[in-house]
Amino acid sequence: MLKEIQVTGQKDTRSGFGDGIVEAARKNPNVVALTADLAGSMKLNQFMKEFPERYVQVGIAEANMMGIAAGLTIGGKIPYTTTFANFSTGRVYDQIRQSIAYSGKNVKICASHAGLTLGEDGATHQILEDIGLMKMLPGMTVIVPCDYNQTKAATIAVAEYVGPVYLRFGRPSWPIFTAADQKFEIGKAQFFSEGKDVSIFACGHMVWKAIEAGRILEDKGLSVEVVNIHTIKPLDTEAILRSIRKTRCAVTVEEHNIIGGLGDAIAQTAAKSFPIPIEYIGTNDTFGESGTPTQLLKKYGLDTQNIVEAAHKVIARKG
Amino acid sequence: MPALKDIATQIRRDIVRMVHGCASGHPGGSLGCTEYFTALYFKIMQHNPQFSMEARNEDVFILSNGHISPVFYSTLARSGYFDVKELATFRKIDSRLQGHPATHEHLPGIRIASGSLGQGMSVALGVALSKKLNGENNIVYSLHGDGELDEGQNWEAIMFAAHHKVDNLIATVDWNGQQIDGPTDKVMALGDLGAKFAAFGWDVMHLEKGNDIDAVVAGLEAAKARTGKGKPVVILMKTVMGAGVDFMEGHHEWHGIAPNDEQLAKALAQLPETIGDY
Repeated sequence: MLKEIQVTGQKDTRSGFGDGIVEAARKNPNVVALTADLAGSMKLNQFMKEFPERYVQVGIAEANMMGIAAGLTIGGKIPYTTTFANFSTGRVYDQIRQSIAYSGKNVKICASHAGLTLGEDGATHQILEDIGLMKMLPGMTVIVPCDYNQTKAATIAVAEYVGPVYLRFGRPSWPIFTAADQKFEIGKAQFFSEGKDVSIFACGHMVWKAIEAGRILEDKGLSVEVVNIHTIKPLDTEAILRSIRKTRCAVTVEEHNIIGGLGDAIAQTAAKSFPIPIEYIGTNDTFGESGTPTQLLKKYGLDTQNIVEAAHKVIARKG
Repeated sequence: MPALKDIATQIRRDIVRMVHGCASGHPGGSLGCTEYFTALYFKIMQHNPQFSMEARNEDVFILSNGHISPVFYSTLARSGYFDVKELATFRKIDSRLQGHPATHEHLPGIRIASGSLGQGMSVALGVALSKKLNGENNIVYSLHGDGELDEGQNWEAIMFAAHHKVDNLIATVDWNGQQIDGPTDKVMALGDLGAKFAAFGWDVMHLEKGNDIDAVVAGLEAAKARTGKGKPVVILMKTVMGAGVDFMEGHHEWHGIAPNDEQLAKALAQLPETIGDY
């Protein structure tokens, strides 16, 4: 039951990254951190203190940062590039495409301040297209963890995986509800509940919203399966199909444009193997704007109540 | 080992034959940089044709202007990275010799994809930093087109290299004054490149005779002696696009077109076979 999930604290996911990279660096002497003038925002303070020789300040030059990271891998290093999601993806797409993805380089592209919950900075910084951009690149792994603990675990896990990774997290303080000692498994969906009426697939901050919505639906007597798709690519198609074969309908929830994100990935899986009705929660072909995270999620239809309504709608569509 | 001059002539033959063989590719810049590649791989660099990506205790070369792949492939094959017969597959289906260099097909000697311009200096900087972190006393060489310097990422890298005192890097600019749409002076004037690099904090060297093998060897030797002194080193190397084939020399039109049968015969007549065709 979703009610049994305990919230153990509140913290920003980017702090999970900052704490995770310190642990990864303690374990592996090849871990190197690069930043484009955002060391503080990316929570690299402890890393800089402990590993000054493995910290590279690139200045406000993200294209150069991606190329340097690619070069570092040639010498056996495991570079983590750090900046905001917008500057980690769209701004440097061709550098990632040629020097990292096509070249098969072991770079970890770590991106904070993704999505609407960045808040007041507005649309220039609120990228809502990055998951799509990154998942389209052949060989790129795309990870969107859901809370502080999971972001920390994912940050540690990607050092052990050889290949390019896009790791997306965010700025706001957010409920912590996954285990502190979890082992992060790339590509393995996480089930928060078992249900038979509807599957809710979510990623990132929206996993908590999906759990909140699931609790409301459970109160109304519905049986809800909330699944955290923290790895958008490679997608856990086996788990997704297992879930929808049982529930026969799904809601997808993401802090991203519904064109090109998690919802598209789920729909493609369903369309190929087990077509079902799907409702999409996410931004709909629009830019964001300034506001508090709460206001923005509400205005753009990503709030708990939107998920509840989408679930009712999709259950009704099952016929 | 055959004389460097003879190796260079054979590489030039390879270049025109490869480009003719697939009726596409970039002979101009390839021919212009033949002496540079010959000097680097047959004289200057400490490298092992038993290729390993990490290149521990080896010097590393990074090509930024990937379109001059013919000269790169020929040089790698002629120095033992792979069989020269494979040069015949250049730009053809199922080949490891892609139109622009790639690691994707695992061709020995290639450490990064290039083609989309302006990215190689950043990559070379990353390799140079990894050498320092690993405590390796080796040099990273990189080659860049002059037109390629239009790309802003180069200037990010140029700024970074001086700030971080990356003094185990020797970047060379192939200054042939030509780019696809015409002379660099008309398309996007480079101005006083030496002063620009100097203002960015680099140790600047001028190599006036980039198509004279002895001058190129001497220039690279001199550059080597200037590494390890707190500054990145750049060689501004004057070359002639299409060097070695008279009707191609100095013509930007030969940047990216292949010779026809008649032109090939004319070119090969100027480039006698020295160490054997592939």
